[in-house]
Amino acid sequence: MVRLISLTLFIAIWWFASLFAGPQMLPGPGQVLNTIAVQAQNGDLFFQLGVTLARVLAAFTIAMIAGTAIGLLMGRVKIADRIGDPWLIVLLNLPALVIIVLAFIWGGLTEIAGVLAVAINKLPNTVVMVREGARALDTGLDEMARVFALPRGRFLWHVVLPQLAPYLAAAGRSGLSLVWKIVLIVELLGRPNGIGFQIGVAFQLFDVTLILAYALAFVTVILIIETAVVQPIERRASRWRKRAP
Amino acid sequence: MNDAHLAGESGHLKVRITHKAFTAASGERFDVLRDICFDLRHSEVGALVGPSGCGKTTILRIIAGLDVDFDGTITRPLSGRLGMVFQEPRLLPWRTVDDNVRLVAPSIAAEALASLFEVLDLEAHYLHYPGELSLGLARRVALARALAIDPDLLLLDEPLVSLDEALAERLRAQLATLIESRPITTLLVTHDVQEAVRLADRIFLLSSRPAQILAEIPLATPRSTRSEREIGTIVEEVTSRINGRG
Repeated sequence: MVRLISLTLFIAIWWFASLFAGPQMLPGPGQVLNTIAVQAQNGDLFFQLGVTLARVLAAFTIAMIAGTAIGLLMGRVKIADRIGDPWLIVLLNLPALVIIVLAFIWGGLTEIAGVLAVAINKLPNTVVMVREGARALDTGLDEMARVFALPRGRFLWHVVLPQLAPYLAAAGRSGLSLVWKIVLIVELLGRPNGIGFQIGVAFQLFDVTLILAYALAFVTVILIIETAVVQPIERRASRWRKRAP
Repeated sequence: MNDAHLAGESGHLKVRITHKAFTAASGERFDVLRDICFDLRHSEVGALVGPSGCGKTTILRIIAGLDVDFDGTITRPLSGRLGMVFQEPRLLPWRTVDDNVRLVAPSIAAEALASLFEVLDLEAHYLHYPGELSLGLARRVALARALAIDPDLLLLDEPLVSLDEALAERLRAQLATLIESRPITTLLVTHDVQEAVRLADRIFLLSSRPAQILAEIPLATPRSTRSEREIGTIVEEVTSRINGRG
């Protein structure tokens, strides 16, 4: 209920502001919605959304899997932490734009270079969070697994992963929004399609309506993923917690 | 210099710890164990009895292979399947009781698990999470887990500590039933003489730090036929020996 009022208030402010700024600078909600409908009808919207979403998912998956593996290693093995830490600091502080531009120079204006550039941008962030989680692993459960000679796969899946779940959830949450923002820059700079490319075109035409239409459509998609995929997974993973006294 | 063999005689546990020291955070080293040497024959139940903090748990950890920084050798029973009950139950809070047991014993038959749960009175708790269990229940689950793998060697670290008297007595009875019905070499660590006398075939009295074996007391009468009077006499004898030396 509160969320609904808050959302209505946001749209009302937007509408009011558009009255003052004029449709050139800030088109109203109705106009933007209309553009979304038109773009949806000619199929353009879904194509661009799909292309961008595919890049987001690919980069996100690579960054999460590689980041979890590296983070786990650095959190568990001291020497790996010593070796990896300077690299991590370099990566954390390298601007996204530098990584993207270098990826395109070295890898050409290709799909792989683009997706990898996004993944590398997200990677250190995942590593840092998972490393924190790996450092906090319960040594008691560790010893239990050793005594009962649990095979490595079962140990990782049943003992380690559930302990990392909160850290992975945090990394995933912040990761999804970070990744899609960077994907747009990649598309703007070096891809011939996707929402970032479309926004670039709209920018050259000063078409604020189109910019807002694409941005809004994509935020909606991310919101749907968040409520339909991320939250149910989180609820399932923390089921045991709720029943605890 | 240490060595943890697995190639012992079937079911035989041989412990030869000549020396074990810890290094404190301040860098100072202090001795914990000295010349802890004893044997347990196949399916024998041994009890290490000693004052709190004397290093009993350290002995168990060395036998379990969790601590390899010691001088001496450990020869574990052949095939070396090891079941252990830690002082804290160490269950996975995010798995149900059933899943916790099956995690370490994925191939256990349904009937075997059911009979184990029946003896331990856990039938109502298959689908509960460890966070929903009392300490006594969680201990029993940990015990069920250790027995579910059909171990050759069972290590129990103060299995009855911090339970109220009635509960401890019940669990002790269940424990006696379980080890009676299976030929498992068992080593029990406790500070409670009563517990040791009721459960063990052989008692090892330990001194305070650095722990040494003061005496080895074999109990001649089988566990199931020990009368209350007999138990009382042995407890008294053991207690006086502890006090006499301590």
